[in-house]
Formats: sequence, C-alpha cells, structure tokens
Amino acid sequence: MAQAQGAQAAAPPLLQARQIGKIFGQHHALDGVDFEARAGEVHALLGENGAGKSTLIKILTGALQPDAGEVLVEGQPVHLRDPQQAQGLGIGTVYQEVNLLTNRSVAENLFLGRQPTRFGLVRKGVIERQARQILAAYGLEIDVRAELGSYSVAIQQIVAIARAVELSGKVLVLDEPTASLDRVEVDKLFDVVRALKARGLAIVFITHFLDQVFALADRVTVLRNGRLVGTKTLAGLSQTEVVRMMLGKDLSFAHAIGGGPDAETGPAVVTFDGIGRAGKVHPFTLTLHEGEVVGVAGLLGSGRTEMARLMFGVDLADSGMVRMGGRVFALRSPAQAVAAGFGFCPEDRKLDGIFADLSVRENIIIALQARLGWFRMLTTEEQVDIAGRFADALDIRAAHHDMAVKLLSGGNQQKVILARWLATDPRVLILDEPTRGIDVGAHAEIVRTINRLREDGLALLVISSELDEVVAYSNRIVVMRERQMVAELRGEQIDPATIVQAIAGQAAPDQTPEETP
Amino acid sequence: MTRLSGIFLRPQVAALVAVLLMNWLLFPDFFDLTWRDGRLFGSLIDVLNRGAPVAILAIGMTAVIATKGVDLSVGAVMAIAAAVAATLVVGGQPAIVAVTAALAAGLLCGLWNGVLVTYLDMQPIVATLVLMVAGRGLAQLITEGSIVTFSDPVLIYIGTGAFLGLPMPVVIALALLLLTTLLVRRTALGLMIEAVGVNKGAARLVGIPARLLLIGAYAFAGFCAAIAGIIVAGDIRGADANNAGLWLELDAILAVVIGGTSLLGGRFSIPLSVLGAVIIQAMNTGILISGLPPEFNLMVKAGIIILILILQSPLAAEAFARRMPKRKTAPRERTMP
Amino acid sequence: MNRSLRPLLATTIIFVLAYALAVSQYPGLLSTRVLGNFLTDNAFLGIAAVGMTFVILAGGIDLSVGAVIGFTTVLIAVLVMWAGLHPLAAFAVALVVAAAFGATMGAAIAYLQVPAFIVTLAGMFLARGAASVISPDSIGIKHDFYTAVSQTYLLLPGGGRITVIGGLMVAVFVLGALLAHRTRFGSAVYALGGNPTSAALMGVPVPRTTILIYTLSSTLAGLAGAVFSLYTKAGYSLSAVGVELDAIAAVVIGGTLLTGGYGFIAGTFIGVLLQGLVQTYIVFDGSLSSWWTKIVIGGLLFMFILLQRLIFSASAPSRKALWKA
Repeated sequence: MAQAQGAQAAAPPLLQARQIGKIFGQHHALDGVDFEARAGEVHALLGENGAGKSTLIKILTGALQPDAGEVLVEGQPVHLRDPQQAQGLGIGTVYQEVNLLTNRSVAENLFLGRQPTRFGLVRKGVIERQARQILAAYGLEIDVRAELGSYSVAIQQIVAIARAVELSGKVLVLDEPTASLDRVEVDKLFDVVRALKARGLAIVFITHFLDQVFALADRVTVLRNGRLVGTKTLAGLSQTEVVRMMLGKDLSFAHAIGGGPDAETGPAVVTFDGIGRAGKVHPFTLTLHEGEVVGVAGLLGSGRTEMARLMFGVDLADSGMVRMGGRVFALRSPAQAVAAGFGFCPEDRKLDGIFADLSVRENIIIALQARLGWFRMLTTEEQVDIAGRFADALDIRAAHHDMAVKLLSGGNQQKVILARWLATDPRVLILDEPTRGIDVGAHAEIVRTINRLREDGLALLVISSELDEVVAYSNRIVVMRERQMVAELRGEQIDPATIVQAIAGQAAPDQTPEETP
Repeated sequence: MTRLSGIFLRPQVAALVAVLLMNWLLFPDFFDLTWRDGRLFGSLIDVLNRGAPVAILAIGMTAVIATKGVDLSVGAVMAIAAAVAATLVVGGQPAIVAVTAALAAGLLCGLWNGVLVTYLDMQPIVATLVLMVAGRGLAQLITEGSIVTFSDPVLIYIGTGAFLGLPMPVVIALALLLLTTLLVRRTALGLMIEAVGVNKGAARLVGIPARLLLIGAYAFAGFCAAIAGIIVAGDIRGADANNAGLWLELDAILAVVIGGTSLLGGRFSIPLSVLGAVIIQAMNTGILISGLPPEFNLMVKAGIIILILILQSPLAAEAFARRMPKRKTAPRERTMP
Repeated sequence: MNRSLRPLLATTIIFVLAYALAVSQYPGLLSTRVLGNFLTDNAFLGIAAVGMTFVILAGGIDLSVGAVIGFTTVLIAVLVMWAGLHPLAAFAVALVVAAAFGATMGAAIAYLQVPAFIVTLAGMFLARGAASVISPDSIGIKHDFYTAVSQTYLLLPGGGRITVIGGLMVAVFVLGALLAHRTRFGSAVYALGGNPTSAALMGVPVPRTTILIYTLSSTLAGLAGAVFSLYTKAGYSLSAVGVELDAIAAVVIGGTLLTGGYGFIAGTFIGVLLQGLVQTYIVFDGSLSSWWTKIVIGGLLFMFILLQRLIFSASAPSRKALWKA
C-alpha cells in the first residue's frame, strides 16, 4: 500500500482510462468511466453482470475501441487497435478461460509468435531452456516439452500469466482467473500475483469473489450499469460497503420477499433413495414434498450440479432408486424424468438450456411437446395459447413470441426455460443456479417466482451459491461438500452462518462460499 | 397454410423462374409439352425426370443437415443399392425382393453412419467419409467388379416407366416429398429435428430422444440414397459400381444449401431443397441446350456455391443489416402448418 | 508420453507387421525394386498428402486436391504441346496458377467464415470444370524433357530405382516436416488446429495463416499434377479423380487428428506407404480385385478414427471440462 501511494506521486499511472464511453446499438455499455492502474498495486474491478466490466477490459486491452474518451499508457495517449498492439505497449491479459494452446508444449505456449529462429528454423533447445528459466521464477518446475493440456488448470493459468508478463511487462489484466481453481491453487496464484506486484507491475484484477478482493487488492473500482460508482482504497472498507456500491442498495432477499422458510409443506412427492454415482456423488437420500423448496448449498465442484444431473437422469446413477407414488424405478434418461413430472433448468443456460435459433414460442412448448411425443403435435393455436399464458405468468418481455429466443436478455431467457417446464405441469422442479448471470432486477423476480411456485404446491430443489437467496426461499437446506451430502438444515438452523459452517466443515469455519461467476 | 402462399415469394422460386426463362430464350420450345404413348414429353418433364435422383437424395440430406450433420456417403450408398438390386434380379430373384433388399442395404448404411455419429460421437464429415471411401469398394464386391446389366421389367419400369403421364422417378420423388413433408410438419418431428440441430444437449434435457432422431436422420438419408440408386440402375438397366451416383452427394448438399437450410443445422425446408435440386437440373439442361460443353456445369455450380457463400457470409449479413436495419427483428418466415 | 505419438506408433507398427506378413507370403515384395516403385507410383499422392496434412492439422479440409491435379495436367499438356513452352516453364506457370487458386480459397475461408469443405467443394467444381473447358479429351505429351526425366534415376543395390518423381516426393516430405515442426508457420498451423480463438489472442495472424495453408495445399497439388503429368505423360481433365480422399485417408491413417491440432508429416508418409502396400499386395496376389483396396483403406480409416477417439477422449481433459467446474 505504502509503496503504491509512494509511486503515485512520482509517475503517471501505468495505465489510465479517461471518460470512456461505449455504445452498442442504443445501449450505453460504458458512460464516462475513469480508471487507472499504478505500478505496484493490485486494482480490483468489480460490478454485477452487465455493469460494463468486460467492456472496459476489452477497451483497455485493445479488443474493443471506445466511442468516447481516451486510454493512456504511462501518461501518453494511445490508440489500441488490437490485443497485440496493447501487448506491445506493455498490457498483457490472462482470461478466465485459459487462452493458450492445450495441444502444444508448455515451451511453445510461452514463445508462440516470437520464437527465436536460425535460418528460418525455430531453435527448440533455446526455447526450452528459456522456458524453464522463466517458469522457475514462478516456482514451477515442470517438463516444458510436455503438452500444456496434460497439466492442471492452475498450472496453465500460471503459464498464461508468465507469457503475458514476458510479452508485456507493465500491466497485467487478470480476468476472473480463479473461477475454476480450488483454494490451494488460488493461494498459489495469489503468491504469484503478489510477487509480480512487488516487481512493480500494475495488476488489474477482475473477480466475483469479494473475499479474494479483500485478500489481494489495494484498491477497488466499482462499476454499475456502465457508470463509475467509485474508486476506493480497500484498507478500512467493509464488505458490506463494497456490496452496497455494487448493488446500489442494501439487498437482502430475506427482507425483500419474506416469509418463505416458515411455510408448511405437504405430502412427499418423490424420494431419491441412495442415489449416487462413483466418482461423481456419494449415494444420498432425499425426499421432496409438495409445497417445499429444498435449497442446495455448497462450493463450486462440491457435487451439487452432479447431484441434480443424477436426479434428472442426465447422468446415470449406479446405485439407488427413485420412489414416487408407490412406484420404484431407476432413472435412465431425461425423457423418463420428464414423463415422471420432473423439470430441470440447467446451470449453463446457453449451452444446455436455450434453443437459440428457435422462437420464444417453440422454446416454451418444446418440453411439453417432447412429453406428448412426436406424433401428437400441438396445433399452432395451442402453442400460441400455451406460450402466451406462461409468458404472461412469468412476465417474459419479448416483442412477440415468434422472435428468436437468442434476442432476449439473459433474465428473460431464464424465464423462458422456467415457462417451458411450467407448461409441462410438473410436480418436481430442479433449478441449478437459476439466478446466475442475470441482472439484479430479474434476479429478485426469479426468487419471487420460486416462492410462488412453492405456494402453488410444487416440490422444488434449488441449487444456488447465493446464500442470502437460499435462506430466503428454502424450507430445508442440504449442504454438499466433497461430493457428499454432509448436512440437512431446517427451521432455526437456516441462516447463513450455520450454512457456511456446514460448507466449510471443521477446517475453516469463517470461509464464505464461492460465488459462481 | 400460410406456407403455401409464402413459398412463392422465396428467392429460390425467383431463381428457378429466371433459369427456366433463360432456357426458354435459348430454346423457344422449352415449355412445349406433348402427350404421346400415355405420357408427357418435353424439356420441362426432362428436367424433372433427370433431377429426380438428386431431389430424392436432397430430401434425405435435408434431414441430416438440419441435425447439424452432413452425409458424404450417399453417392456410394446409391452404388451399393444399385449393385444389390441388380445382382439379385440377375440371380433370379423377383424384383420385389431385389428392391426390398436394396432399400434395406441403404437403410443399413445409413444406420452405420448414424451409429458412428451418435454413439461414437464422430464428426459427421469424418464418419460418413469412411463409407464414402469404402462404399464403392463394397458395391464392387457385390457386383464382383463388373457392370451388372439386367432386363427385369419392374426395375426398368422404376427407372424409365410412367405413371399418370409422369415419369416414374418424378412420381417417386413427388410422393416421397409429400410423405416426408407431411411427416415432419404434421407431427412434431420437424420441430424436434430442428431442436436437435440447434442444441443437441438441450434437446436431450427436455426429453427429446436426440440420439434416436440423429440415427433416424442418417438412416433416412441412406434409405433415400437407396431409392435414388434403384432409379438410376433402372434407368441404365444395370449397376455400375464405379459411376452410379458419383459426386451426387455434392449435388445433394448443394441442393439443400440452395434451399436455404443452413449447414450449421436448425431450420430446414424439404420442399425448398427439392426446388434446389430442380434448379440445379434446370441449369444443367440449359447448358446442354445452349451448346456449351457439358463440363461447363461444374463451373456454374461452383459459381452458385460462391454466390451463396458470399450472400450467407457474416460480412454480407452485416452489409444487409446496415442497409435494412429492420430485417433483424422481422419474424421468422417459417411457419408450422 | 506425448499422446499424439501414439497413433503414429500404431501406424508404424501396423505397416511393419503388414509388410512382414506380405513378405512372408510373397518374398518378392522385399526388394529395393518394389520399394522404389512404391515411391514412384505414389509420388503424386504423397506430395498432395503433404499439403493435405497441413490443411487437416489446422482443422480444415481440402476437397479440391484431385481436381487441381487434373487441372494442372491439362494446363501443362496445353502449354507444352499447343503453346510450345518448355515443360519446366509450364510447371512454373502451373504452380503459380495453383498457388493463386489456393490463396483465393484460403481467403474465402478466412474472410467469409464458411466451412472449408464447402469452399473447397466449389474449388473442386471450378478446377474440374476449367480443365474440361480447356480440353475435354486427354492430351498426350511428347517432349525430350519428359523422356529424359523418365530415364533418370538413382540405382539402388538390388536393382531398385529412385526415380526423379519418387525422389521429389521424399524431398517434399522432408521439407514439409521441417516446415511443420521447425518453423513459426508450422507452429501457427498447429495453433489454428488446436484452438483458433487462443491462436488469435496469442498473436497468430489467423487469416494470413489460413490463406498460406490453402496456398500451400494447392501448390503442392499443382506439383503433384506436374508429377502426375510426368508419370502418365498426358494431361486429362478427369485424371486423379478421388485423390483427395486417398490423401485424406493417408493423413488420418498416418496419425493426424482429423479435427486438427495433432499429427506428424512423417506419419502421412507411412500412411501413403501403407496404401501403396495394399495396392502392391493386391497386384502381387493377382486373384484379388483392385476394389479391395478401397475397402481396406476404408477399414483402416475407420480403425484409426476410432483409435484416435479412444486416445484423445480417454486421456484428454476435453477443453470444456478444463474450465467448467
């Protein structure tokens, strides 16, 4: 900190953005945003989805050009045409999805595009020797001739950082680097970042994990709806204050919606009896009741998504049975689950949920149609009627229902998927991260919908990393840790502190759960 | 049926009309039809007759391409089906057995492709390449390397006969077109195929039997190829394992692309694919009657592909979007019956 | 061990075993004469397959190869017999034309962002059509240079001959291997086949590399056409039909992943030899028909695609799994 402030007086910031504006169509993605990164500081950039973080990063790294304002490197205005040029000026970027070549050797990944050659031939020996030297500085002693893909993501991430630092050397932009790392790997990565900071690099750190911001960053800049909320020194700042900056209000779902956990539940709908799959999820037993929301809490990779996939027949369980209304059966396919009255909103909406090119109407009726079978086709009138009914019920905002669903916003797409399942008149709904990647307003709406469905008598299983949210709507909460169901909380036990303790086990009771990106 | 009124406004129809008019300018008798020996004769009928095999292939290919696949083996499958049919009738089997066996062979080839794509998760180009390479060898294995000629009246009737005044190949193609269109648009099959083409994973999650549909699409393409193979064999009264259906897979893909079905899967239209096949044949005929060397065909086809590629490319889409900003939000024209 | 070496190893073992089996049945197969003929008879295929290897390594496909060979033979025949050019000058012209053709296809793939198979399909139609328009009939080539070349060879102990075209193929393989494994262009090719998005972010000039790859493939197809013209002493628009399939088969059997990113030029050489072995065996046998070649090649193709699937899906964390929880 002291070091960062010392440098500030002496030299202009390594990287500076002034009054940046960017417009996509009618939408102001960024409007008058200032940002700077000084030598020897870690500067965190925060904001909800859609706040303009990624647009700003793309402008700072040359992937996009601003419509207004200017970017300065060491006080000199520059025009960044592309990432290569930005790199040449000293700005290196490491993306969340490691953008290296897993099919090539570690050494080649470090030197691609700048391999030393003799008579036009690449000098492999030189490259490998230098690669070993470079990585040694990061505490990595690995076979640099091996395929990058044979190493863990954490190592790939460090190789990516090494490459970015080698190529640029002034500013390092880390875009969600910890999204798929475990705690030990995150610590390792943080050590690397601190070492680079000590070397005088300016580090821009984008993340969703607030505790990581507090662990690593010196300053934080918060964006909201394309505007700058403020830049603050982290020392003396509380998490609540940062959250307030991000959300613009005290957002407490328990407060906003109220009442959920006390509601009475009805008779049992389905029991998953000893369902499990080796290497994915340890066998668990769980009964869902009418008018009940069962929340699932747990860290990323704790087996919560795998659990949902077993419960819907996406992956096949190798143990256990499903008991439902006197019948006992094994789930062998999603089609069977749909026929049994289940619905499933997957975690990755784009990849597993939405039929991007099909219309809103077709996206809504498709599950019902699949359940009816190919031969009994819904007439156009029936389709229009069903789509209209559920679009109204969920307040899906679309100009008309014949437009491609990909043209809708993330929140509306999520509601389309919900509508799709409601149209099948399900008895059990499994929602995996239903509020992920959705703006705050739509977020609250989805939570409200969950509560309403519960009141309508559905049995719901909701996986979420947002503790406040889980607490707000769950009658019961099951906690997953290391692919195992480790706790079932009800009544008084349902509060964030207890859940955090259960998630963390004995090892780290003060650990807050990871949020999903 | 908003579709019927809509179909006449398609660019494909305009293209066909343009090509036919061009043919008419080159050859004023082009539209003349005569009735002789209980059937129609004329250049127009000729276009339909010669275009029928590719049209039939295109019907099957449309299903495959709609699922985001492609089938490179249909030409080789035609050769296999022709070889099976010809060898069996020459061996003394009745035509009905020969035809059934040939259709079954096509279906089997399609199933093989489907299994490779679905259960071994191979890319369609790769999976069907195997049969494209080996298929002609298999056909020659059946015919033992020679051209098997036959004089079975039923097979010859399928290739050259007439029904209700129209050549049999045209009748078969029309019947197949009608049946398939009804099957995919009067049931939910079409929507399900499109869903699989757009997002296979999501299709499985909503309970659509995606794998079954995929295998079905390839099997259907193989079946269609077998029909085309029998027709071509009947036409030349023999099975030529080397040349039957040679390069027709490419014509079929081209017909589907002209028909507006994207190679990236999703929305499809079988009637427009058939129209695409007719356009290709009309141009072939036009080149023939214009006195240009028939090889010119290939260059014209190349020209069409290039034109379509340029029109469909993201660059062109951008240019269009800039000129006609409203287009983007216009509702999809495709309707469900 | 490097996973990408495994298919190559499998190919090598299969070739050695198959050759040993064939030799045990027909000892005559084990001679420098047969080996020399291997090279000569497959020279045009080998040269085209080197180009195809680059295309497939980069994740593309080139269906125009056979057509470009056919077109080149016609162009050379016309230039030599009708225009009276020296064959070497004709070769130079043909190579330049082929290179320009490939560059155009590459540019279409790079800038129109359409699948390579459809662009090169158009290229195939165009090249075959153009060849037929120039001359639908076969043109025989009679020139002292052709005679001289066919009589020039390196005599091996045992009576085998390394002909000019056989030697040329070996040279193309050596240069191709250097280009693929030891140059920046080679790295860029692998990068493109591995992950084009990453490649672009890492500074690989994606459009330029794509254009160069298809230029290389068409130029080598042009060279294969020149070799084919020397081999058959004729130019014919319908020659080398289907060679693109043989080339693709050689590349895949040689251990290159059809989806790109993994493979070796040397593997393609063994793939070509394996195809040559199958053909030679069938000729030696005498009772087997030539169409067995296609079935065996198809079977090998299938086997290797399956093998690659096993190797690359069993031990590779798929790219998606890498950063999804």
